[in-house]
Amino acid sequence: MQIDRDTIAMRLAETGYIAARELATALWLMDFLQRPLLLEGEAGVGKTEIGKALAALHGAELIRLQCYEGLDQSAALYEWNYQRQLLAIKAHEGSNAEEVEEHIFSEKYLLERPLLAAIRREKPPVLLIDEIDRADEEFEAFLLELLSDFQVSIPELGTIKATSIPRVVLTSNGTRELSDALRRRCLYHYLDFPDVDREARIILARIPGIDTAFALQIARMIAAIRKEDLRKIPGVAETLDWATTLAGLGVHDLRQEPEAVYDTMICLLKTNEDRAGLTRDVSDRLLGKVA
Amino acid sequence: MSAAEKISPLGDGIRLRLAGFARTLRENGFAVGHAEARDALAIMASPAATRRSTLQPALRALFCANHGDWEKFDAIFAAYWMGQRVRSVQRAGGSVTSPKALPERQLAPRTSNGAHGMADHVERREGADVALAGSGRREGASRAENIAATDIRHVIDPVETEKIHALAARLARSMHVRLVRRARARASGSRIDLRRTLRRSVEHGGTPIELVWRRRKLKPLRLVVLLDASGSMSLYTAFFVRFLHGVVGNFRESDVFLFHTRLVHISPSLKDRDIARAVERLALMTQGVGGGTEIGQSLADFNRWHARRMIHSRTAVIIVSDGYDAGTPEVLATEMRQLRRRCRRIVWLNPLLGWRDYTPQARGMKAALPHIDLFAPAHNLESLAALEPYLARI
Repeated sequence: MQIDRDTIAMRLAETGYIAARELATALWLMDFLQRPLLLEGEAGVGKTEIGKALAALHGAELIRLQCYEGLDQSAALYEWNYQRQLLAIKAHEGSNAEEVEEHIFSEKYLLERPLLAAIRREKPPVLLIDEIDRADEEFEAFLLELLSDFQVSIPELGTIKATSIPRVVLTSNGTRELSDALRRRCLYHYLDFPDVDREARIILARIPGIDTAFALQIARMIAAIRKEDLRKIPGVAETLDWATTLAGLGVHDLRQEPEAVYDTMICLLKTNEDRAGLTRDVSDRLLGKVA
Repeated sequence: MSAAEKISPLGDGIRLRLAGFARTLRENGFAVGHAEARDALAIMASPAATRRSTLQPALRALFCANHGDWEKFDAIFAAYWMGQRVRSVQRAGGSVTSPKALPERQLAPRTSNGAHGMADHVERREGADVALAGSGRREGASRAENIAATDIRHVIDPVETEKIHALAARLARSMHVRLVRRARARASGSRIDLRRTLRRSVEHGGTPIELVWRRRKLKPLRLVVLLDASGSMSLYTAFFVRFLHGVVGNFRESDVFLFHTRLVHISPSLKDRDIARAVERLALMTQGVGGGTEIGQSLADFNRWHARRMIHSRTAVIIVSDGYDAGTPEVLATEMRQLRRRCRRIVWLNPLLGWRDYTPQARGMKAALPHIDLFAPAHNLESLAALEPYLARI
C-alpha cells in the first residue's frame, strides 16, 4: 500500500523523527520505485535513525546489519551450525556419507544472519545496512547481487527467493568511495545537519516538557558551535544529550546561566582539542550572539 | 516492476522535455541511464508527484548518486525547468560544473604527446621559450645508460624525459604488485575455515582430517601523497606527477594532493587513463602559482577537511617537498604533529636531499623533521625505488 509523502512526514513526526520535506519525498519514492535508499552525510546527522523511524512508520521489523572491515557472507547472510552438525554426524555414524550429508545440510542446521532473515520474512521488514563504506569492496559487490535479485543461493540447499521484498536503507559516512554500480542501484539522499528550526522541533519532540523558546535558543547555540573550527562537530544526538542535561539542571534560559552552559559543553565536545579550543570566552561570545 | 508499468500515457512533449533534462544532467557529469529515465517518467506520471515541491526532490533522489551531484542538482533543475530556453540552461549548468567535466574536451586535441605537456609547462614557468623546450637540445647521450641514477633536474632532452617518466609510472605499478603480494603472504593461514573443513570431513565420517585455512585479510596499504607544486620544485613536479599517476592507477587506496599556496585534491584528475590529459589538467591547476609555499597551511587544510576520510590505521602519508615554507614554522610543526598522530608513517621526500652537501637548513624543514618517520631523497628513480622495502614493512 502506497502512502503519500505528507502522510509519511506526519507519521514520522509521530514516531519522533522530524524529517525535512525532501527526505519524506525520498522515503515515498523508495516505495514507489521499490529501490533501496542510500543516505550519506556527516556523522551525527541522524542517518541510522531514519532506518529506525522508517520501521516504526510502517510497523515493520527492523533488521540491522552493521558493516565493518572484513565482514563476509557467513556473518551477513548465513552460517551452518557446526556444533550441531558435528554431533549429527557422530549420531549417524555407520550410515552412508550421502545420507549424512543430506541430513546435516538441511534447514535445521542453517543459522540465519541479517540478510537472509530480511528476505525470508512474511511481512517486508526494513533492512538497515549501516556504514556500508566500512565493508570491503567485495562485500559491496556481493550485496549488489542480493539487492538486485533478492535471492541468494546456498550451494548445499539451492536458491532461496525472497518471500517479501524488504525496504532497504544504506548509510555511508564516506570513509571510502562507493562503487558506481551500488550508487546507481539506489536512490540517493544527502543528509545535512538540521537547520535551527528543525533542530528545535526535534528537541521539542524528544524532550517532553521543554519550552519552545528555550529549544530555539539551544538550536541556535548548536548551529553557532557547528560553525566553529572543531574536530568533531556535534550531531543531533549530542544536541539532545545537551538539552536533556540543561533541562535536568533546571536551566530555562541560556543567557542567565552562562556557567552552566560552559560546564555542560562536555556533552557536545568529544575531543580534548575541541574542549580546549572552545574556551569560556568563546562560549560567552557565541551565547551573546544567539541567545 | 511496480511503478514502471503504471506509466499513464504522458504527452510526447513532456517525454521530450524529460529526455532533454536527462541529457543536460549527463552533460553535467551525472550518470543517468535508461533505468533512471524510465523511473523519472513513472514519477512524473504519478498523481502523487504533480506538485513541484514533490517532483524536484523526487527527481533529485533518483538522479543523484553522490554528494557532488546533490549539490549541483537544484541549480540545473531550476535552469532547465524554470528557464526560458534550453540554451540558457546549459550555461547555467556549466557554471556549476565540476572541474572533472570541464577541461576534458578543451584539452584533448592539444595533447598528443605524453609528458611533454607538463614538461612544457615547467619550462614556461621558468620563463624559457616553449618552442625551445619542444625541440630540445641533445645533451648527455651517455646518461641514458644510467637513467635511474640521474638527477631529474639534469634531464632536459625530451626523449630522455619521456623515458624517465615512463619508468616512474612503471615503478609505481610494480611497487604495488610486490607490496600486495607481500601482504598476502604475511596474512596466509591464520584461521581455520570451519565451514569448508566440515564439508570435507563428511567423507571421513566427520573427522576433520583436512583442515581448510582461512586467510586473515590485511588492510591494504593506503598511500596519501602531498606534492609540493611550488616554483622551487618545478623541475621535479612533472616527474612526480607521472609517478603518482601510476600510484593512483594501481593502488586501490590512494589519494594525491597538490599544494602551493593552497591544497588541491588531484586524485580524480589523475584517475584519467590518458596520462597526457591528466597532466594537462594538473598544469591548469598549478597555474597562477606565485608567492611562497604555505606548507603548514596546506597541511592544516588537509588535517581539517580530508584526514578523517582518507587516513586509516595502515596509511602512509608521503610529503614531497623541499621544505621551503613561507608560513611560520610553528604552524607547520603543529600540523605535522597532528598528522603524525593519525597515520602510521610520515615519509618526507626531499629532492634536495639527493644533492651532495645538502643539509636541511630551511626553517620549515627543520620544524617538520622531528615528526617524520623517514626522510629520504627523491631526485631520481633509484631513490623512489628505495621506498618500496620501507613501505613493505608498514
